[in-house]
Amino acid sequence: MAGLEDLYREIILDHYRNPRNRGELECPPAHRSEGFNPLCGDEVVLTFEMDGDTVTDLRVGGQGCSISQASASMMSSAVIGKSAIEIRGLTRAFKAMMSIYEESIGGDGSEATDEDAATSNGGVLRLGDLEALRGVVKFPVRIKCATLGWNTLASGLDETAGAG
Amino acid sequence: MSAAVDAAVDTAVKAQFPLLQRSVHGHPIVYLDSAASSQKPAAVLDAMDDYYRTINANVHRGAYEIAAAATERMESARADIARFISAPSANEIVFTKNATESMNLVARSWGGSNLGSADAIVLTEMEHHANIVPWHILAAERGFEIRWIPITDDGCLDLTDLDRLLDGAKLLSVTAMSNVLGTLNPIPRLAAAAHDAGALISVDASQYVPHLPTDVGALGADFMVFTGHKMCGPTGVGVLWARSELLEAMPPFLGGGEMILDVTKEGFKPNEIPHKFEAGTPPIAEIVGLGAAVRYLEGLGMDAVRAHEVSLTGYALRTLTDRHGDDITVHGPSEPAQRGGVLSFVYRDVHPHDISQVLDQSGVCVRAGHHCAKPLMRCLGVSATTRASLYVYNDTSDVDSLAEALDEVGALFGR
Repeated sequence: MAGLEDLYREIILDHYRNPRNRGELECPPAHRSEGFNPLCGDEVVLTFEMDGDTVTDLRVGGQGCSISQASASMMSSAVIGKSAIEIRGLTRAFKAMMSIYEESIGGDGSEATDEDAATSNGGVLRLGDLEALRGVVKFPVRIKCATLGWNTLASGLDETAGAG
Repeated sequence: MSAAVDAAVDTAVKAQFPLLQRSVHGHPIVYLDSAASSQKPAAVLDAMDDYYRTINANVHRGAYEIAAAATERMESARADIARFISAPSANEIVFTKNATESMNLVARSWGGSNLGSADAIVLTEMEHHANIVPWHILAAERGFEIRWIPITDDGCLDLTDLDRLLDGAKLLSVTAMSNVLGTLNPIPRLAAAAHDAGALISVDASQYVPHLPTDVGALGADFMVFTGHKMCGPTGVGVLWARSELLEAMPPFLGGGEMILDVTKEGFKPNEIPHKFEAGTPPIAEIVGLGAAVRYLEGLGMDAVRAHEVSLTGYALRTLTDRHGDDITVHGPSEPAQRGGVLSFVYRDVHPHDISQVLDQSGVCVRAGHHCAKPLMRCLGVSATTRASLYVYNDTSDVDSLAEALDEVGALFGR
């Protein structure tokens, strides 16, 4: 049986109580992306600055449950200073970890791509602190909370790329 | 204190609900989400099981023994439900899929033939989406105006401008009891005001019929909708009640079998009410189950059900406040007699999803979210609430379990 300690790991509660990179950057020059979880009302507002292909700064706004807000905070720490291609690789790895089918389909980079190569080391993905969110998979209704920030950033990067 | 509260109904009621005997995460289940869906007594499960095992056949027109028995059992359920809400005739009971479909029927059939671009209807800020979105859809086609009765800080309707809002309106559509705040609205007064203004009144009684003695005549309603699964019945069956002259004048909603008297290549002649509004094979077993549910509730006595819930709501308000003080804020009226057993609350600054997740580990089932009432959430200035809702099978031990489990929330999220 999944226990609460699987979900509310200490590092997650720390990011919830002391969110990193909280706030909003001025747009422009920053880019803005908003994400909603219509089922529960979670909201994430990301503003981020790019230098070429690199995310040089990112701020997290919005409100919601501890999982959505802590996950977005942890994401902010993980992606600042990384290139869009590295971030896409991290996003894939994170969402693979969040897949309830992960164990059966081997979602740990077995379908290696160039993006994975940018974030892996000998086939082992370096999710670091983000691994603390692995327990969310045992609470399927909360997976959307954990992936909200990542999906919001992915669509923000897509728009940035699309805008040239 | 606890014994006095529990004595309002037979304490054996909980034993009549099979699901309430199970455990969750090693704890006896504490089911506090009846405003979303109630549990079902064995009498309802048995009635549906018996229907399928002994007389299952399609209703109406069958000449053979079991088809006639199925028809008779379905139609006697219709009579049971008419009696339960003091409707003048069973022909005024239209079976639908749920209260949402009933409200869509009113909007599409009555609204579609009575509302034009020069018209207006009146809703309130505490409505469930089921009493908002059908009108938005129709208004987008017809261009009529939607006016809103605001709410006060303590979660009641602000009727200061009622006469002005009703002036020239054709319909007031309002909930009898808020599914978020528990507020009981003054339906007879609203009905009188609507009628004085020349408007009809449609009542969303989804949270009212399961919990209070209901008399459509005393309420002054023209239309009333409710659903089976919140009143000890199964999912998949809802009810529209309307005065027969309104139903007679309204065009059909869905077309198909059963709702016709004759069909030609040129057109069709609709059936008599209520069958005019019941296209296709109805949810027969569910209707039979709903009939058993209202007989079960009649056996308990709706006055006793209401008295039990008033006592238990008062106990819950006192217990939560005594134990958690300023850490907890319960929305809605503070006087139990002015509300139902729906307790939406804020606990410290912990998000409702986290509260419900932690409570679940103690077997306590509550709902977190916007409760299909986003305009109301905006009025309250919150994105979501945690909602514990009571029914006849709950007792003081359930309330105590909720209050104790909230300690776990405080321990985990305390700063």
